[in-house]
Amino acid sequence: MHSTGKGISASRSTPNWLKTTALELDVFQSKKYYIDAELRDTACVSDIREALASAKSEDTHKYTELVQILNPQNKSHVDVVAQQETLLKFLSRSVAFLDAAHHEELLIRILGMKIWDHPPNVVYALLELIISLATTRGKYLNCCLEMLIFNLLSQPHILNKKMREAPSWVHSALHKISYLVPPAPSQILYILVKRMPNIYNKGHGLVTYVDASLKLENSSIGKVVGDRILRVIMLRLLDLDVEIERDDIPQDDSTLGLFDMELEVACPVQSLNQNYSKVSELLDKLMVLSFEHLESCQNAGRLDEVFEILFDLFENLILTTCKPKFPQFLLFYACSLDPEDCGVKFASKLLDIFLSSNKDRVTRTNAVDYLASYLSRGKFLHASFVASILKRLVDECADYCRTYNVGASSGHLVFYSGCQAIMYVLCFRMRSILDVPRFQLLLTPLESVLSHKLNPLKECNPYVVSEFLKQAKAGGLFFVSEAFIFGDLPESETSRAFGGFFSFYPCLFKISNSFISPNFIYWSMVKRTHDEDEAFAEVIVYGDTDNDEDYDDDPVLDNDVKRMSITPKQSFMRDTWRLSKMPSRIRPSTSPSQSLLFKCFRNMCFEFSS
Amino acid sequence: MEGLKLTNAELMVYIHPSKSGNKLKAICRELSSLLFQYDETFDGVLLAFDVTVKSKGAKILAGLNPYFGVKVEASLLLFNPKPNSLVEGKIVKISPETIHVIVLGFSAAVVTDIDIREEFKYRMRNGEDCFVSSSHKRHVLKVGTMLRLQVESFDEEVMHIAGSLLPANTGCVKWLEKQSEEALHMDRDDHKRRKIA
Repeated sequence: MHSTGKGISASRSTPNWLKTTALELDVFQSKKYYIDAELRDTACVSDIREALASAKSEDTHKYTELVQILNPQNKSHVDVVAQQETLLKFLSRSVAFLDAAHHEELLIRILGMKIWDHPPNVVYALLELIISLATTRGKYLNCCLEMLIFNLLSQPHILNKKMREAPSWVHSALHKISYLVPPAPSQILYILVKRMPNIYNKGHGLVTYVDASLKLENSSIGKVVGDRILRVIMLRLLDLDVEIERDDIPQDDSTLGLFDMELEVACPVQSLNQNYSKVSELLDKLMVLSFEHLESCQNAGRLDEVFEILFDLFENLILTTCKPKFPQFLLFYACSLDPEDCGVKFASKLLDIFLSSNKDRVTRTNAVDYLASYLSRGKFLHASFVASILKRLVDECADYCRTYNVGASSGHLVFYSGCQAIMYVLCFRMRSILDVPRFQLLLTPLESVLSHKLNPLKECNPYVVSEFLKQAKAGGLFFVSEAFIFGDLPESETSRAFGGFFSFYPCLFKISNSFISPNFIYWSMVKRTHDEDEAFAEVIVYGDTDNDEDYDDDPVLDNDVKRMSITPKQSFMRDTWRLSKMPSRIRPSTSPSQSLLFKCFRNMCFEFSS
Repeated sequence: MEGLKLTNAELMVYIHPSKSGNKLKAICRELSSLLFQYDETFDGVLLAFDVTVKSKGAKILAGLNPYFGVKVEASLLLFNPKPNSLVEGKIVKISPETIHVIVLGFSAAVVTDIDIREEFKYRMRNGEDCFVSSSHKRHVLKVGTMLRLQVESFDEEVMHIAGSLLPANTGCVKWLEKQSEEALHMDRDDHKRRKIA
C-alpha cells in the first residue's frame, strides 16, 4: 500500500507546504496500513477460535476444514503451503483454546509434523506454535519437547540449502521453551536419554545424536543438565571402545616394533574385520565431534567448567574400572587446548589421587599410570612442571621407604607403581630434566629409593627399568652401580601382575589423530641421553658385553612374540641375541638398540594392557 | 505471597552402608534428590530443608545390602499454591495473548488473554510489549515487572501455574502496594478528621 504522497514528484515548483502535507499523508497511510493489518490478524484469530469452538458443538465442519489443511497428503501445492503457514501462525495465538478432548485430531496432526518434509516458512510457523503450546499449556510441554527432539534426531544426512539452518531453529525453540519454563531442561535430558540409539545401531543416527547432544550441552540447557549429557556420551564411547580389541590392531610383521610402525604409518588402525571397521569409523567420527565440541567450549570461555565435568567422569568411569584406548584422549585434548590451566589441573588431580591414602590401591596405581603416560606424552607440558611432579613422586616414594610396613598385605604395589611411573617419565624426559641442573637436584632421593631393599628395579617392568638405567647411566643422573645393570632378572609376580599399560598410547583413528598428534610426543621424537652412541657400529645393548654368556644360546628364535604367553625376560633375551648377531634394520635416526627397545615397549604395552 | 509453608517432619532416611563414613552428607544427598519436585507425602514442592539427626543408633534393614535407617528431624519449606491463592513472580515475556511469569525461579506461570481483566490493554511502547491499565495510566505490566496473580490451577508434574489477572487485587506488585499505602494514609487522615470534628 503506497501513499499518494509519493506520487507527487518533488520539482522546484512544488511549494514546501505541499511536501510537508505529502509526508504527513505518507505517515498516516502507513499507520492505517498497520492498523488494518492488526485488525485483519485479530479477525483471523477470532475466526480460528470460532472454528476450534465448533468442534465442541454439533456442526463441526469448520473444525474439520482446519484439520484438512494440515493433511499430510497435500504438501507441495503452493496454496496449501500458504494456508498451512497461516493456520499455524494464528493457532499459536489461540493455544489456550486447544483442548485435548475435542481437538485430538488437530493436535495429533500438529505434533506429528516432520519439519524436514516442509518448506522453511511452514517450519518457522510450526516451531512458533510448538513454543507457544509448550509454554502456555503445562500439560503439552512433554509432548512438544518430544516432537522437537524427535525432529532433531531424525535429521536427514544431507540437507538441502534452504533447510540447512533448520537444526539451529529447533535448538533455538528448545532454548526459548527452557527460558520460559525452568523445569524443561530436565525433561529434555530425560527424553534425550530415552531416545539414544541402541548400542547395536552403528549407523549415522548415533553421530547425529551425539552432535545434537553436544550442541545442547554448550548452551543454556547445558548449564542445568550438561554434566549428565556428557556422562551419557562418555558411557557410549566406552561401550564402543570395548568392542575394539587391541588384538585387532594389525601386526603385519611381528619383528617390527610398534614404534617403527609409528614412524611409517600415520594411523595403524585398519582392519580386515568388517564389523571392527564400522565401529572404528563410528568412534572416529564421535571423537572428532567431541574434540570440536571442546574447541567450541573453549571459544565460549567455559573449557575449565567442562574439564571439571570430564575429570569427574574420568575418575568415576575410567580410572576405577576399565582400561580404554580412546576416550581418555578427550581429556588429553582438553589439556592441550589450555595447558596452563587444564593441563596442570589434570596432572595435579591425578597426583592427588595417587597420594591420598583413602583411595584403594587399584585406583592409585591406575592414577599414577595415567599420570606417567600423560607427563611423557604431553608436548605442551613444560619440563619444569614435569620436574615438580616427579619431585613429589620421588618424595612420596622416599617417605614410603622410610616408613613402610614390611608385612604390608598389599605387597607395596602402590610404591612399585610410583617408582615405575618415575622411571617411565624419565625414559621420555631424561634429557630435558638433565639439561637443567636444578631439576636434577630435585630428584636426588631417587637413587636411594631405587637401591632400597624393597628392590623396585626388580619388581617393576623390566623394559622400563632397562631403558631408564641406560639413559641414567649415559646421562649421569646418578652413579649407576653394577647392581643396577640388567642382569638375570627373575620375572617377579609383581611386575607381571601390575606392569601398567601406559594409557596414552598412540593408536588413534585417521581423522581424530590429526587433533592429537601436534601435541603428542611419539617415542621416535624422544632424544635419549645415549643417542650420541649412534656413531658406534657395534650394538651396544647395555654398555657391558660381559652379559653375553647369560644369553640363551638357542638359535631358534620364537619369532611371534605372543603378547600373552611369553614372559618379558625371555623374549627380551632372545631378541637381544638375534639383533646382536644379525644385521639389523638401521634407520637414519635410530640405532639398533633403539629398535630393540621399540619392540620391547610394544610387547610391554600389549602384554600389560590385558 | 501465599502457597509457601514451613513444616516439621520426622523422617527415616535409609543409607547405603558405603556411606556410613559421612552420614550427614548421605542424608543431605537423599533429601536433595527430592528438591524441586512435587511430593505427595509432603503435599507440595520441596524447596529447602534443614536436618538434624535425632538418635545415635540406627536400625539395620535385613537384606542383601544392609541399609541402615537413620531417624532425622527436618524442617521443610514447601510450595503448594492452591486455587484462588495469590502468588508473585517476575514477568519474562509478554505477547498479545499471554503473559509469561516465573515464580520463585523454578515454576512457570502463564496468564492468557481471557484471564486478563478488561482494564488491561496490550500496547507496544518503545518497541517493548506491555499491558497498560486503561483506568490507571501508571499501572503498567512489562518484562521485568513483579506480578501478583491468582492461581487458577497448578500442574504438579511440570510445576506449571495457570494464573488469572481478573481479581482487582492482582497486577503489578509495586503499584498495588503503593495504592494500598495511599489508601491507608487516606483512611488515617479521614479518621483524624472525624475525631477532630
